Amino acid sequence: MSYLELEHLTRHFVRREGWPIPRKTLIRAVDRVSLRIEQGEILGLVGESGCGKSTLSRLIMQLLAPTSGSVILEGQRLADLPPTEIRKRRRDFQMIFQDPYASLNPRMTVYSTLAEAILTRRPELRRNRAALESAVAVLMARVGLDARYIRKYPHEFSGGQRQRIAIARALGPEPKLILADEPVSALDVSIQSQILNLLLELRNELGLTMIFISHDLSVVRYIADRIAVMDEGKIVETGEADALFTAPESEVTRALLRAIPKIRHRAAAS
Amino acid sequence: MPLLQVRDLRTSFHTRDGIVRAVDGISFDVGAGETVGIVGESGSGKSVCCYSLLRLIPQPPGRIEGGTAMFGDLDLLQLSEARMRKVRGKRISLIFQDPMTSLNPYLRISTQLIEPLVLHERISPSDALARAIAELEAVGIPDAGNRIHSYPHEFSGGMRQRVMIAMALITRPEILIADEPTTALDVTVQRQVLDLIKTRQQELGTAVIFITHDLAVVSEVCDYVNVMYAGRFVERAPVETLFVRPRHAYTRALQRSIPAMQKKGEPLHTIPGLPPNLAEGVTGCAFAPRCEIPEGAPAHATTRPALVELGEKHWAQDCPGCLAMTG
Repeated sequence: MSYLELEHLTRHFVRREGWPIPRKTLIRAVDRVSLRIEQGEILGLVGESGCGKSTLSRLIMQLLAPTSGSVILEGQRLADLPPTEIRKRRRDFQMIFQDPYASLNPRMTVYSTLAEAILTRRPELRRNRAALESAVAVLMARVGLDARYIRKYPHEFSGGQRQRIAIARALGPEPKLILADEPVSALDVSIQSQILNLLLELRNELGLTMIFISHDLSVVRYIADRIAVMDEGKIVETGEADALFTAPESEVTRALLRAIPKIRHRAAAS
Repeated sequence: MPLLQVRDLRTSFHTRDGIVRAVDGISFDVGAGETVGIVGESGSGKSVCCYSLLRLIPQPPGRIEGGTAMFGDLDLLQLSEARMRKVRGKRISLIFQDPMTSLNPYLRISTQLIEPLVLHERISPSDALARAIAELEAVGIPDAGNRIHSYPHEFSGGMRQRVMIAMALITRPEILIADEPTTALDVTVQRQVLDLIKTRQQELGTAVIFITHDLAVVSEVCDYVNVMYAGRFVERAPVETLFVRPRHAYTRALQRSIPAMQKKGEPLHTIPGLPPNLAEGVTGCAFAPRCEIPEGAPAHATTRPALVELGEKHWAQDCPGCLAMTG
């Protein structure tokens, strides 16, 4: 049994257009997607914009109800749970977003952002300020932030540091799965590599399971163990990261690979 | 004599935090039909440099402090605003990063496309419309005759960037400045837009100044590359030389930190620290605090190093620490 399993997960949207009698068209945003993710694995999810990556991630995050199919976490079918239970389960899934400038609350200090995240899992700390503060400091150290900055606001940090805060916030509720939606595409190259190293480090130390969504295949190849390629709501190919790169099977994957800009002039030595 | 000759361009911003020298004495040439790249991280001054050439820097707080930009016999930095307007959008045009915000959402594409023609060439709107449709076809928009009357929101991101390219090239400019034209697009669309810029450039013989932070894109489209750091060029070389024999520590570090250049499982090379805060002023080599000096290497320059020629058309900042090869 896999850690997380998606079973024929499907989500349709109905688009109504026209007046007075709307024409209805059915959009199969996610169409019978089945995937398995083992604990401690990083799954890369790639595809062009509009292929259904975001809808799929919202289904996994329990932010959207599936039209049919189910998400099974550690053998438990999440759709069978009552809504109050789903609310409690939601902290098992955390997200890291693309733009750390937009995803952090500008009016909350690092301390209040991270304390809020920690309290969802350990509400008993609410009465124990010292313990909460040290938990925040531990979290900051984990993502490579200096605890001196605990009272600072997001605007006082650089893009890379903000993404570290966002990662710390995702780790706060001790999630079982982290969904990273283009976490490095808004960052500069030199900062990108710092964040990618951090994510890999966290995976090795904490055994994090992660779904890494990106359109940058070279980044996905580097970080993911397995890659799933999505097109028009369907998974068209899955495979080991390197294998998928060297021997792509579907035309969609080949087209994506062809599109990557490549360094043409390579130094012989490196 | 090259088409555009920029010498010692300096632009600064006078802010409450002090004077930010965003562009601090840079020189480069653009030959006819050539593609010149400017690469750098955000905040390195690459966009400010090009906006200065077209005098699109808001003044105040910005101020062009000095230098010349000879375009034929015109100095772009000294032209009167009225004469500048005859150059901007006619002989030099610009494509921005974000096609969502650079088109006016209230106006039809047709209105926006024929505007440069009506303004610069004083031709009748109906002739202008015919040329606009031809231009849209040339950038690969299907059914251009009907689509031209649509509004920007009716196009996808990639199509909008095509419209931007059509708009920039409709006046047949001698230079096209492309400021991160593909950063907001996903890979497949990026590929199409890069190919499009290239084919249109070859068809029309336009010179392109290509601003980007993506080294892979640079290696594909540029003939000559300027690497910018903290308001100055740290290394300048023909594209092949830059990738095969990079000399400056910053260029080498940048190349090593690209995931595609790295084997799986090995930690990525990172550049420690952050770019310097330009408001605080930079003394000595700007990259020194982030440079990992190899054992026994000479020290970094203590005054801001000047560019020296190391090989044919290959220049780098003369800082002993940064030029020391780590092997």
